[in-house]
Parts: sequence; C-alpha cells; structure tokens
Amino acid sequence: MLEKQEILYVAAEAYKRSGLVLSADKGYLLESRLAPLARAEGYASIEALISAARREGSDRLLWAITEALATHETFFFRDNTPFDLFKQDILPVLSRARGNAGVLRIWCAACSSGQEPYSLAMLLEEERARLGGLRVEIVATDMAPRVLEKAKAGLYSQFEVQRGLAIQRLVTHFDQTGDQWRIKPNIRQMVNFQKQNLLENFASMGKFDVIFCRNVLIYFDAESKKKVLSRLSQQTASDGYLVMGAAETVVGLSSDYVPVEGRRGLYTQVGNAALKTAAA
Amino acid sequence: MKTCLVVDDSRVIRKVARRILEELEFACVEAGDGAEALEKCREQMPDAILLDWNMPIMNGLDFVKALRREETGDRPIVVFCTTENDMAHITEALRAGADEYVMKPFDGDIIASKFQQTGLLRAS
Repeated sequence: MLEKQEILYVAAEAYKRSGLVLSADKGYLLESRLAPLARAEGYASIEALISAARREGSDRLLWAITEALATHETFFFRDNTPFDLFKQDILPVLSRARGNAGVLRIWCAACSSGQEPYSLAMLLEEERARLGGLRVEIVATDMAPRVLEKAKAGLYSQFEVQRGLAIQRLVTHFDQTGDQWRIKPNIRQMVNFQKQNLLENFASMGKFDVIFCRNVLIYFDAESKKKVLSRLSQQTASDGYLVMGAAETVVGLSSDYVPVEGRRGLYTQVGNAALKTAAA
Repeated sequence: MKTCLVVDDSRVIRKVARRILEELEFACVEAGDGAEALEKCREQMPDAILLDWNMPIMNGLDFVKALRREETGDRPIVVFCTTENDMAHITEALRAGADEYVMKPFDGDIIASKFQQTGLLRAS
C-alpha cells in the first residue's frame, strides 16, 4: 500500500501539470495505473518510482506519471447523441451560415487515442454530398504524447473497432492489417493532431465553430473548470457550439455559454439565436 | 419482451450469449446449427438472431441466405458472432443479408453496442 504522503505528493504534481484532481482515497487508482509505468521505467515498485521522481525532481518522470494517471477511455461514436446532434442540428445550421466557399473548424479537446475526431471525420465524409464546397478542418488535441501517437497512426485493435462502430462503417472506412484495423487515409487526412494541454494557453489555435470537450472537465475542480470554459469560449465563434459529456454542464461555471433547449450536452455562445437557447 | 435466437454449435458459447442477452432483456431460444435454427424460425420468427458461422449440417452463411428467402425472413436482425474476423468474410456476410457482425472473442459491451447499432436496443 502506498503511504498517504506519497499519494498526496503525486496528486499535487499531477494537478499542477494537468488540472487532474485525485483525492487521497484514490490510492487504488494510483496503484493500478502506475504499476505498468514503474515496470516500464525499470523500478521494482511504485514506491521506488515515486521516490525516484521525488528525489530527482524529474520533470520527465512526473509528466509520465501524470499521463499514466489520466483517463484515456474512449470509443467510436461514444454516447451516440452528440454525433446525432452534430449531424442533425449543428451541421445544417453552420453549413448554411458558412456557405459554399466557407470553412468549418472543429476542435476535439482531449481526444485521447482519436476515436472521437475520426468518428466526426467518418460522419462528415458520409455527409459530403450535402456539404457542397464547404471545407472542414478537424483539429484534435491531447496532453498525452502516447495516446496522440496512437491516434495519428489510426491503428485499432479488434476490440476497439467493435465498440460503437457499425460494421458498415468498419467495412467502408478501415483497412485490415494483420489482426488490427487501420483507418483509411482519406479519413486520417481529415484530422490534424496536436499536443495541447488545456491548462496552457491555446489562443494561437484560432476560432472554432464547434468544440467537443467531453468527459474532461469532470476530472477538474470548479476553479479549473471555470478557467478552461472561459478560455474555450474565447476560441468559439459567436454562432459556434460547445459539446460536453452527458454528465457535465456549464451551468454555474460559465457566463459565456448557454444550454441549447432540448439538446442535452449542447451549448452555444450567449446571444447566438440560430438554435433556441434555454432560459437562463 | 423481444426474442433472440442464439445459434452456435458450442453449448458453452450459447450459455454465455444467453446470459448476456437475458441481461439485456431478451427472451432466448437456442439452436445448435443452421438447419435447427431454420426450424425454430419457421415455428416463430425471432426479433434478433445471434449467429455463428462454422457449424455442422448448415453453416451460418447458408442459414442467413435461406432465412432471407422465407416469407417473413426479412424481419429478424441478424448479427453474426464468429471467429472469422477478416474483411472478406464480413463483406460476404453483409452481402448475404446479415445486419451486424461481431468478431469473437466478445463480451457484454460489444453485444450491447452492436445491438444498439441495429436499433434492437436503445442507446444508453
């Protein structure tokens, strides 16, 4: 068992780097997630890993620990609803607003191993005939280099392609390589992966029409949530949208975004009248 | 309650699948090969069929072709569940009239996900 002191040290370092909140009762989580890292780094135990990081103040090790502690759980078309919202509500409104010569910019914040941006890319490819000349850019970011590498490779296990992905989409958008499945180049090329920590400045990424930030802020404390939401809204077009996870809300945390009526998880900038917003 | 016919020559697989499907609130009927499955369908057409490929007497592919020629045989949602996990088999199954495809090994999450894809289950 890890000492409480070690847990608190690791929690403080992970918080400083990623905003991730780990309470002291999460010792079991630390142990299950750090054991593979300790092995990979050549330490006999998690305790040895933590004391080495502490003794050396090793920024590299502390980042590796932070990355290992973050939840990277994701799958294709996760929760379905956000993708239905995107296709049926957001896309028609924004493609009309941007017009034939326009550009639609989408940001998947904390994209993990890429299933969310690739799901959007598949959907957009399937809708291509209806989009006319509209150009689409998908930017997908994560703070963890390891998952970004996997996302860029677009290579998934049999287990991963069976969660959330209809078989017709597997046949249409993937090639089989051995016992793995690789997303086809036309879909892969639609997504631009970049390393980005949500706690750091992302103003240089420009404005987006739709930001997907799902199941990320649930790991943050209220103060960090408010800061990130405020900065996300500065990157959102005045008629743009924010999509959050099913169990998340901006209510009480943001005065910039308002919920779209009858569309759970969908928020838009205050003052955007394109979709009816719920009374505040 | 929706019904699902579980077709597999392995009693163990049928038992595992039945447990998952009953958890998802399906009433299950079992068959050990394609010919027996066809008889069960003639007695009562199920809402869903979870279907192995390689079986004695009549395999899954021949079964789905025969099923789709039956009078109400276009009605059931057919989900293959097999160790055949290559693109050629998948496309052949879809061409023959299957709706979804599970590559073994499978678990409850995969079955639930595939049943959602086909509208047999509502998305959670």
